[in-house]
Amino acid sequence: MDEGRKIRVLVAKPGLDGHDRGAKVVARALRDAGMEVIYTGLRQTPEQIVAAAIQEDVDVVAMSILSGAHSYLFPRVMQLLRERGVDDVLVVGGGIIPDEDIPGLKECGIAEVFTPGASTADTVKFIRENIKR
Amino acid sequence: MDWQEIVSRALARDIRAVSRLISIVEDRRLGFEAAYAAIYPHTGRAHVIGITGPPGSGKSTLVDKIAAEYRGRGKTVGIVAVDPSSPFTGGALLGDRLRMQRHSLDDGVFIRSMGTRGHLGGVARATSGVVDVLDATGYDYVLIETVGVGQSEVEIASLADTVALVQVPGLGDDIQVIKAGVMEIGDIFVVNKKDRPGVERVVAEIRMALDLAGNGLGRGRAYLGHHGPTDAATGSVDAAEVAPWRPPILQTMAESAEGVAEVCDTCDAHMGRLAQDGALVERRFRRAKSETMQIASDLIWRGLADDPCTLEAAEGLAWKVARREMDPYAAGRNLRELIVN
Repeated sequence: MDEGRKIRVLVAKPGLDGHDRGAKVVARALRDAGMEVIYTGLRQTPEQIVAAAIQEDVDVVAMSILSGAHSYLFPRVMQLLRERGVDDVLVVGGGIIPDEDIPGLKECGIAEVFTPGASTADTVKFIRENIKR
Repeated sequence: MDWQEIVSRALARDIRAVSRLISIVEDRRLGFEAAYAAIYPHTGRAHVIGITGPPGSGKSTLVDKIAAEYRGRGKTVGIVAVDPSSPFTGGALLGDRLRMQRHSLDDGVFIRSMGTRGHLGGVARATSGVVDVLDATGYDYVLIETVGVGQSEVEIASLADTVALVQVPGLGDDIQVIKAGVMEIGDIFVVNKKDRPGVERVVAEIRMALDLAGNGLGRGRAYLGHHGPTDAATGSVDAAEVAPWRPPILQTMAESAEGVAEVCDTCDAHMGRLAQDGALVERRFRRAKSETMQIASDLIWRGLADDPCTLEAAEGLAWKVARREMDPYAAGRNLRELIVN
């Protein structure tokens, strides 16, 4: 029925830290898993990320934060998505995120959080098994 | 939402609906032909500009700056940015948007990234459909950024009203610019990174190539034919009135937007000229023709590939070819006979 469906993923770096190696490693791994990765680069605001996710009609938003601002930025992205009526996008996070912060992030709608040491294969598997459409 | 609702919302410029409609067209999802038929009467109003050139020549940055310039003039801009898909995994890293993200909060700019999904020629098979969606939903300009091209990816010439070919200093000597292929499709030449050494030489080489051709390197004249030498010879009246479009050579530094206003002015002037001398009708007819024939060929081929009898016959013939009992042309003709009868 759908002839050419591809999993589309927006990979974004919200906030002000300039470390994008992790995001690039994930972007490359998702590409090699056959997904279409839209890479938006550094220093994105939650508003920019949500606007890009809508225009690109992605199945997944994957964000990486190493600055420590995850407990503000991730929930803000979730809030903006809800405000725009977007409820069929899987949102995952990654970066330097303390274990004790993870439950709170999941509560606000981040489906999974990948911290240092997580394998890209797990990320790929999680996305494949959990996309909402 | 079903496709009818998506179409009506998209035509009212609901961004989410526009975006979903693009996915329907790009993926050929269920109902896409009906959705496409519903939007098609609304197309044909946008000025479609193709930006093409080698990898790293600054196409994305230029597109970003052109969009900003047109926005400053109160126009809306749709952008289709194409990057290559992997021939091995089908995956893609679409990185053009990276240079354009400052427009993401502007409702007057819509940016969509596409992978080529196995299509050669510099764009994706569905690019023309995506352009039509942005055209139908009312963007004044639609900018198509092709993949980084080499010498022969010229499909953009059949999609765009105006093709801007981006060149940069340091890529080769004067023989490169008189080769056939990409060099023939530029309506406008943009020599980017003009602060780099060698820029004067690139400009001089392109100018020389244009001089050798008399007027334009190809597409403007013989390719489209309308007012080409043959028309002039037959004494076509308006051919004498309108001097042929000679592709201007502009210099830019996209990073700082230097020269970008001139690129926009020149694109507009080119459109004005196309409208004036009838070439616009001709170009759009050619696009329609190639699209129609391509779709027919796709449909025929898909019908064949799905038919077990055809497949069996094809495989039988292929064995004969592989064993050198038959040549491929004979086998092809043989298969054709079987299909037609």
